[in-house]
Amino acid sequence: MPEARELREPDRKELATGPAYRFGLDRRSWIATVGAGALISASGKIARSAQEADSDEPGIPPSTRLHLGESGSITVLTGKVEFGQGSRTEIRQAAAEELKVAPEAVRVWMSDSAVTPDDGSTAGSRTTPSTVPVVRRTCAAVREMLIQTASDRWGVSRAALQVRNGLVSHESRTMGYGDLARSRLLTATTDEGIPRRAPLTPTGDWTVLGRPLQRAGAREIVTGDHAFASDLTRPGMLHGAVLRAPAYGASLESVDLTVAGEHGARAIRDGDFVGCVARSSHAARLAVAAVARTARWQRASHPPSDAIADYLRGRAITDGQGRRGPRLSESGDVDGALERGRSVRVESYWIPFVQHAPLEPRSALAEWQGRLLTVWTGTQVPSRVHGELRESFGLSAAQVRVIVPDTGGGFGGKHTGEVAAEAARLAKAAGKPVSLRWTRAEEFMWAYFRPAAAFECRAALEGGNISVWDFTAYNPGTAAIASPYDIPNVRTRYFPCESPLREGSYRGIGATGNNFAREVFMDELAQAAGADPLDFRLSHLSDKRMRDVVGAAAWAFGWNSAGPLGPNRGSGIACGREKGSCIAICAQVRVEDGTVEVERLVSAFECGKILNPLNLRAQVDGAIIQGLGPALMEEVRFENGRLLTGSFSSYPVPRFRDVPPMETILLDRPDLAPAGGGETPIIAVAPALANAVADATGRRVRSLPLRRSKLSEG
Amino acid sequence: MATIRFEVNGQQCQAESETDRPLLDVLREDLGLTGTKYGCGEGQCRACTVLVEGQSRPSCVTPVIAVEGKRITTIEGLAPTGGLSRVQRAFVDADAAQCGYCTPGMILEATALLARNLEPSREQIIEAMNPHLCRCCGYGNILAAVERAASAGEGENA
Repeated sequence: MPEARELREPDRKELATGPAYRFGLDRRSWIATVGAGALISASGKIARSAQEADSDEPGIPPSTRLHLGESGSITVLTGKVEFGQGSRTEIRQAAAEELKVAPEAVRVWMSDSAVTPDDGSTAGSRTTPSTVPVVRRTCAAVREMLIQTASDRWGVSRAALQVRNGLVSHESRTMGYGDLARSRLLTATTDEGIPRRAPLTPTGDWTVLGRPLQRAGAREIVTGDHAFASDLTRPGMLHGAVLRAPAYGASLESVDLTVAGEHGARAIRDGDFVGCVARSSHAARLAVAAVARTARWQRASHPPSDAIADYLRGRAITDGQGRRGPRLSESGDVDGALERGRSVRVESYWIPFVQHAPLEPRSALAEWQGRLLTVWTGTQVPSRVHGELRESFGLSAAQVRVIVPDTGGGFGGKHTGEVAAEAARLAKAAGKPVSLRWTRAEEFMWAYFRPAAAFECRAALEGGNISVWDFTAYNPGTAAIASPYDIPNVRTRYFPCESPLREGSYRGIGATGNNFAREVFMDELAQAAGADPLDFRLSHLSDKRMRDVVGAAAWAFGWNSAGPLGPNRGSGIACGREKGSCIAICAQVRVEDGTVEVERLVSAFECGKILNPLNLRAQVDGAIIQGLGPALMEEVRFENGRLLTGSFSSYPVPRFRDVPPMETILLDRPDLAPAGGGETPIIAVAPALANAVADATGRRVRSLPLRRSKLSEG
Repeated sequence: MATIRFEVNGQQCQAESETDRPLLDVLREDLGLTGTKYGCGEGQCRACTVLVEGQSRPSCVTPVIAVEGKRITTIEGLAPTGGLSRVQRAFVDADAAQCGYCTPGMILEATALLARNLEPSREQIIEAMNPHLCRCCGYGNILAAVERAASAGEGENA
């Protein structure tokens, strides 16, 4: 089986994140927030935050992972962010499990560059496999310290003690984390004291992890109390708006800024950047519109979206190295096998650009205090935004603070810091804090896109099995490019391409396109072999986890037992693996007058041991429903540099009515480490539907979305 | 600029504003009621939904002059006693929020629906909720929340 390890990369489109810039939050501010207590780092460093601490003391140690308040409060610190995927709840569960406290007793402080440790980007489904274990290890160590401290104080053997509900007790004596925080052991600044390799609670003994836990902070959400970045205010704050080019590639020739004054606004120009600030966002927008009417632009040629597959293939980057260069993986003798193959099948596929369209557009609130810049913004990569601000304004790491409130959706679309830099630029010129929220039109046109991509697939059959597989991908990213199937001769080629639009990450990113092309091609090969698509896949799959999800979905769907579906109906199957998890989806569709109606979706998903079945189901179903968009309706279209799909009315996304009857099976594997579950389910949606449509109509559609025009083309 | 008077969450308010300014902006920026969200500015996502005289309206395309003298309810006004309304409670219990940005609009729409129809069918709920987008695509749990709120309200007035 091809391994192609060098091609496994969760997120090709990501720039390497910068170092963890920090600046000290003075100790007084810290104490004001969490109170006196003990600060504990993942590596066992302990510091004190006492009421009498001098504010001149150095700030919070950068690796602080846990704060135990003398009052008994428990605060976990993480650089991860929450934007709906459930990281806050999951980290709370992880800490509660190991500390043996109720989840409600744990507060999770997320992503403030002055306070929280750098946990990298919140992307690539990494919170579960990377951050949860770190939190568990620290909390398990602290739990063991509590037991050790009680054992020492009371002269009782450790074996006689255990922690329940946050307390260790013996006869009539009890000791809790607040007592531990006040104990001498924890107020010394020392490396000692934290037991190394404290035992993690075994899966079978879990009482918090592995069980459903509702979303943290739900009450603030349903009352409207939760403040997203765009909801925050500061004294004297102004609202901003930014002038945008009318077309991609256009550059500003001239503009009259004075007209902004007619709306009580002030305009600011810095090179091509033009923005307005005013006391209301309405006035700022009107001012920008007035300025826009005076602007003259130098236009540049820009290709149409219609020809995107040819455009990309013609602009493949064939030299270069690393992330920007091509990749090649080969096992066996591909050219020889293609030459020997009696019937070599060749097909091409393509996918368009799509937009994340998170419901909360990019927004930021920026405030300067002298040369110190604080920005509140919704981003999945706070360290990158920190770096962008530092570079934009020539600031040192200690002069920039980035705070990320829980954010209104990301889906891989909020990795960059343009709105933070724009708000900061406006605030600097205005001399006042500025709140900037992108409009939906800006979000559609100027946020980055999931890359468009083209694929060329060649394969030959021998005795009903695939003897050779030659897969070339132009531009999707490399995630899940390696085939999970057992094939003796395999070549996988990847070419990044010059792109007419700004590209970036997305839910599952490259795995969406790579798995679409692979799984549709598998269906075509099954057809050529005269085999059932399920049997054909299973006969090429030795990966036990993949076989399990495929088997579970097919069984629940009744793949083998279903009778004829009748006219215009068809069923399809697709599967895939990525980021340590496996998905299989069976779909039934009805196609009439070129319209695809999804009648049924049965899915099986496995991501190791399940940490929170309630949240996992929401993530899996959400990914599958979101995946209906690029499969059936979403396509970014543009012409002469103008975006033709710049609104929800021209770029439809799935709504309540689009949700089909669904059945989702979550396979729990207590013997496997937990992997993230928010992304991979999306990668099987489009190919399962494309295969079902082919079954229903006898016509093969080799691009997305599965639009009316393609279905009636024949 | 004009002085426009209306009632918000039981309080008399007045806005000194351009008459064509969106109600959404007046609520958020002048009155500090930021529970009402901007999502699209064209009435296509309904994150900005408020109740005007009990009817759901997209505040992003409602000029403030259109609500002069009218009674408005925002998400902040649903549970004035500091508790939760039964729709809010149902959204918590059904774990119906992922990122939560669409949630206030969804709750207000469901509140308006249950005020005019005590026992909506699933189809009637979908009909009422369909204009609202949830980009996390948590539609299943949201429908479950509305159904839960409907059954919790059986035999009482909304």
